Amino acid sequence: MAISRRKFLKLGTHAAFGSMVVYTLRGVLPGEGGTDNADAEGDADWSAYRPEDHSWAFIVDTMKCIGCGLCARACKLENNVPWEPSCNRTWVERYRFLKDDEVLVDSPNGGINGFYNPEGPERIVVEPTVDFNEKGLPNYVPLPNEGGEVDSNKIEKSFFVPKLCNQCDNSPCSQVCPVGATYKTRDGIVLVNQDRCIGCRYCIQACPYGMRYLVPKGKVTPTGQSGVVDKCTWCYHRITKGMKPACVEACPVGARVFGDLNDPESEVSKILAKERVQVLKPDLGTKPKVKYVGLDEAVK
Amino acid sequence: MDGFVYPNEGEIQWSILIVLYPFITGLVAGAFVVSSLYHVFNIKALKPVASMSLLVALSFLLVAPLALQAHLGRPERGFQIFLTPNPTSAMAGFGYIWLFYLILVTVEVWLVFRPDIVFYARTRGIRGLVCRFATLGVTEISEEDRQVDERLIKVLAGVGIPSAAMLHGYVGFLFGAIKANPWWSTPLMPVIFLLSAIVSGIALLIVMYIVISKLRGKPVDHDCVQTLAKWLLGFLAIDLAIEGLEVLSMAYEAEESWGAVSQLMTQQIPISYFGIQLFLGSLIPLMILGYLALSSGMKAETFTRVALLTAALVVVGVFAMRWNVVIGGQEISKSMRGFVTYTPPIGGREGVAAAALFLMLPFYIFSTLVSIIPPWDRPKLEDVITQPEPDTAGTAAWETASALQGDVWDRRAR
Repeated sequence: MAISRRKFLKLGTHAAFGSMVVYTLRGVLPGEGGTDNADAEGDADWSAYRPEDHSWAFIVDTMKCIGCGLCARACKLENNVPWEPSCNRTWVERYRFLKDDEVLVDSPNGGINGFYNPEGPERIVVEPTVDFNEKGLPNYVPLPNEGGEVDSNKIEKSFFVPKLCNQCDNSPCSQVCPVGATYKTRDGIVLVNQDRCIGCRYCIQACPYGMRYLVPKGKVTPTGQSGVVDKCTWCYHRITKGMKPACVEACPVGARVFGDLNDPESEVSKILAKERVQVLKPDLGTKPKVKYVGLDEAVK
Repeated sequence: MDGFVYPNEGEIQWSILIVLYPFITGLVAGAFVVSSLYHVFNIKALKPVASMSLLVALSFLLVAPLALQAHLGRPERGFQIFLTPNPTSAMAGFGYIWLFYLILVTVEVWLVFRPDIVFYARTRGIRGLVCRFATLGVTEISEEDRQVDERLIKVLAGVGIPSAAMLHGYVGFLFGAIKANPWWSTPLMPVIFLLSAIVSGIALLIVMYIVISKLRGKPVDHDCVQTLAKWLLGFLAIDLAIEGLEVLSMAYEAEESWGAVSQLMTQQIPISYFGIQLFLGSLIPLMILGYLALSSGMKAETFTRVALLTAALVVVGVFAMRWNVVIGGQEISKSMRGFVTYTPPIGGREGVAAAALFLMLPFYIFSTLVSIIPPWDRPKLEDVITQPEPDTAGTAAWETASALQGDVWDRRAR
């Protein structure tokens, strides 16, 4: 042996001390530990939750959606999503097929106020205040093409498509995050640790579904972070306590179904057992976990 | 906004500052390749720009990460990329690759300029002081030392070529690996970035060499400019061919995304793409450079002027290419049904003024480096060797006083 015991011990002590310093520093530096964007209430208690016992799934039945936008609004309220039109964890798209083969697609303000005629009277209320009546129902439930911005005789068919994070099994966003702020939980949900996010926005570029947004200037996340990226978590703070995501809860027609694939009796398991479903942009190989019933080829 | 874009796509995320990043690293890679053409491939005609190109590379390399840093939503967390890199992220390697390259270029600059540093270390003033630090204590130099240096330089310059390819090919990979974006997602992207990097670096050196020579009132080495112009022609031709092939195969395959891509080229960025990048920045220079390479009877003075103008066009063309990739790619909505438009603001952290500042900074750094170790009128090795060494004799009192003034080496050199 070329190395003496004395030298070896000295080296070992140095190494131990060095790693202590490194680990202490890691605790002091931003990004270690901290809260992620699932912790909307800031009081998450994960002790009773076993992620490995669940395999969450989300089904969107586009045949049922009426485009009321309650889901998108509920999401903004539940998750403290900024009311800016460019900040959406979920939204509703409207597709209108005209007889001359043209397809009109829109999602005004993410559809949080339903669909309205942009040329007609201004109906959009950015901050919802008195927009609900005493029964808790919205005062305004718009219908497709209400207001007649397109001559309804020219419309062949129309439908709505709710969008939300696909929580991809092969998620490009967590793949590209340079600092590991975006990560996948053991139950398959992709979350953002906003104490770590550096705001480089590579994940926004990488997400094929446009699900991510940068918290705008002057706004903060529920955990008090600015200049970081946010996205839909399927209301992780709710589902880990046995509740449903806010959008599922708010949908009046059951177009959004959420559940656990590990439970054969769950609604999602039953639907998947009999319905033919499709995912968005399957060719990209992202393996989305949101399955659509009645998805049209025009929907990207 | 035009057509349907996803609600979160209201504005472009990667602004003009991110256009600068591949542009600047490209210039670094290109400038380094020029110095390697001299140091490794012994292209003697490039001697007048060989050591200057290293200083250019270093100046731009120092600025490269600043634009990125300034663009972050949380700039103070930028260092995290070194501390907790995500191994699956293409971006996570940036810090390490950049650092490696910085060390490589710095060491090569040091070795190439070692006689100069030793020479100036024996002079008075700030330059002397800086050079005394820069000698790292190695204040002597001999013919044998220099031979060892030369061998090391050759090795570093050799290692530097694949490293430059890595640095810039990697930048191309950052974009090419984004499958969500049809304008970016192609395995050719690293190759295209690398070729255009070399093109822009050579072109910048032509511009800088001619302008600096004029400013110094010194004659332009015709052979050097001619050689640079030939290399520029070669790389530009290959670059243009590959870029053309990429678009051609996209058009021919006409996959689903082609509709959006062709609309992007013809309706969103036609001026910067067809006008500046392809026509003014590639086709016209290609024809002029071809003519310059073939014609023999041209007066040196005219040749220099034409080369200067052409090289400037090429640099602008490559900048337009970076713009068209970075901004153009983001203009396509991922819904493939619409476009986002972008006009950079003038002021602000991500405005045109800030970008102009970041573009001027390398030239400021370069002029500072040049004021310490000018890459022209360099001291001859014999002069450095025969230059008087610091005096160890003399009275103790004088020595102490001189040492306090920091010019103990200076006494006899005066």
